[in-house]
Amino acid sequence: MKIIYCPVNGPRPLQEFRFGGEVRLMPDPDGSSDEQWADYVFNRSGEPGIKREWWYHIASGTWFVAERNTVTDEFIRTYLYEDQPDDG
Amino acid sequence: MPYRLLKFALAKEYPEPRMFHSPDVLKDEYDVVVIGGGGHGLAAAYYLAMNHGITNVAVLEKSYIGSGGTGRNTAIIRSNYLTPEGCRFYNTSIELFKDLSRTLDLNLFYSQRGHFTLAHSPASLNTQRWRAEVNKQVGVDSRIVDPAFIGDRLPQLDLACGGHLPPVYGALYHPPGAIARHDAVAWAYARGAARKGVDIHQQTCVTDIEVRDDQVAGVHTDKGFIKTRKILSAVAGWTTSVTPMVGLRTPLVIHPLQAMVTEPLKPWLDHIVVSATLHLYVSQSSRGELVAGGSLDPYELISTRSTLGFSEQLAGRLIDLFPCVSQINVLRQWAGLCDMTPDFSPIMGKTPIKGFYLDAGWGTWGFKATPVSGMTMAYTIAHDVDHALIKPFNLDRYAQFRLVGEKGAAAVGH
Repeated sequence: MKIIYCPVNGPRPLQEFRFGGEVRLMPDPDGSSDEQWADYVFNRSGEPGIKREWWYHIASGTWFVAERNTVTDEFIRTYLYEDQPDDG
Repeated sequence: MPYRLLKFALAKEYPEPRMFHSPDVLKDEYDVVVIGGGGHGLAAAYYLAMNHGITNVAVLEKSYIGSGGTGRNTAIIRSNYLTPEGCRFYNTSIELFKDLSRTLDLNLFYSQRGHFTLAHSPASLNTQRWRAEVNKQVGVDSRIVDPAFIGDRLPQLDLACGGHLPPVYGALYHPPGAIARHDAVAWAYARGAARKGVDIHQQTCVTDIEVRDDQVAGVHTDKGFIKTRKILSAVAGWTTSVTPMVGLRTPLVIHPLQAMVTEPLKPWLDHIVVSATLHLYVSQSSRGELVAGGSLDPYELISTRSTLGFSEQLAGRLIDLFPCVSQINVLRQWAGLCDMTPDFSPIMGKTPIKGFYLDAGWGTWGFKATPVSGMTMAYTIAHDVDHALIKPFNLDRYAQFRLVGEKGAAAVGH
């Protein structure tokens, strides 16, 4: 069973988590062109590598950020959004 | 037949001709370079040579042909989709598939089985009625059937689903639904293309693409540089590794999809059975194995690893639906990569980079589209104009907010 480290609840089984997609910044809806907005709505950086992603611990209702390798499925580190490390 | 087998046993050298000869070296220049030696890439190369007389073509495959999605799907062929665009496209594919064994002179074990999509609630029956009406409109043979009909055609199926799951209310029945030997499709197209002069380079990995003034100029491979002005990327689950080479952004996100087969049994399951509610689809291959698949792995991953959790869940659902299989063994399990689009339709055709053509977004619906995607992409490359059947699937539909919402493929597509 795969174990994920929740920043609040510690190590928990994968079944207790939900994937929320990569962490992305929303452009200003009023200040962006149609192309920029479409790019934000649809396009993703799908290439293999280490990504910052939203993950959700269902049992405790905790959203947090995970840095994960999308080729090896290795969770490098997890933290709450507001606790983002300086190098993150 | 036994005499032919004896020949194989006694001959010092392999007594049959090779399917195709692999050239030793890359040429300096090709008219078209196809990245990806799966069914789609090889079919495109074949139709480029057959229909458009373009034979100076290279197919570059980083592993062996058919090693990706082509050899990892559950080989189901159907056209009962939800959008008119999808129905027309996949129905053309079925028409091509029906004659393909003869056209390519290789037995693809194309076997028309009839395809049941089970509805476990009145709401899902309504969606299927919608699908049936769209299907009829564009000439796809598809209709709603009641539980009595299902029980008659599939006597082993437990319509009550064990009593602890939602029972079967009806189904969408699609008589042309079929299965075929998927690796043979890749090999048949490869042989057909090679006979026309196409070079198939296996164990050849593309490392970069040269673009000058928004026009493709060539490809770098681990075996050297090739000059070309036209490139087709037909790599499905590896598309997000290729598109950054030309600076193209796409909505593609890769998820693995797992499947498994059981030990071979005498023929008993005539039809293909799909249940989106139970996350299951199953058919019996011509070898007698039950081939079963489930839903996508729930998060992004570019790896073909398998998990025990998947086979446990799938086996449980299979027994809920067919209690008679509870004592049979699972032989093997595997995963394939699905390049998912947000609207469950493929991304095909021209791109903003001149000479770079994309055949991607094949998610869980790629195998059944092999002939039609090869044919339409070959046309698109030869004329530098998107073929009419694939116009709705161009990458620019996202920027124009003109999606092709193919819910007929969602949940447990394939």
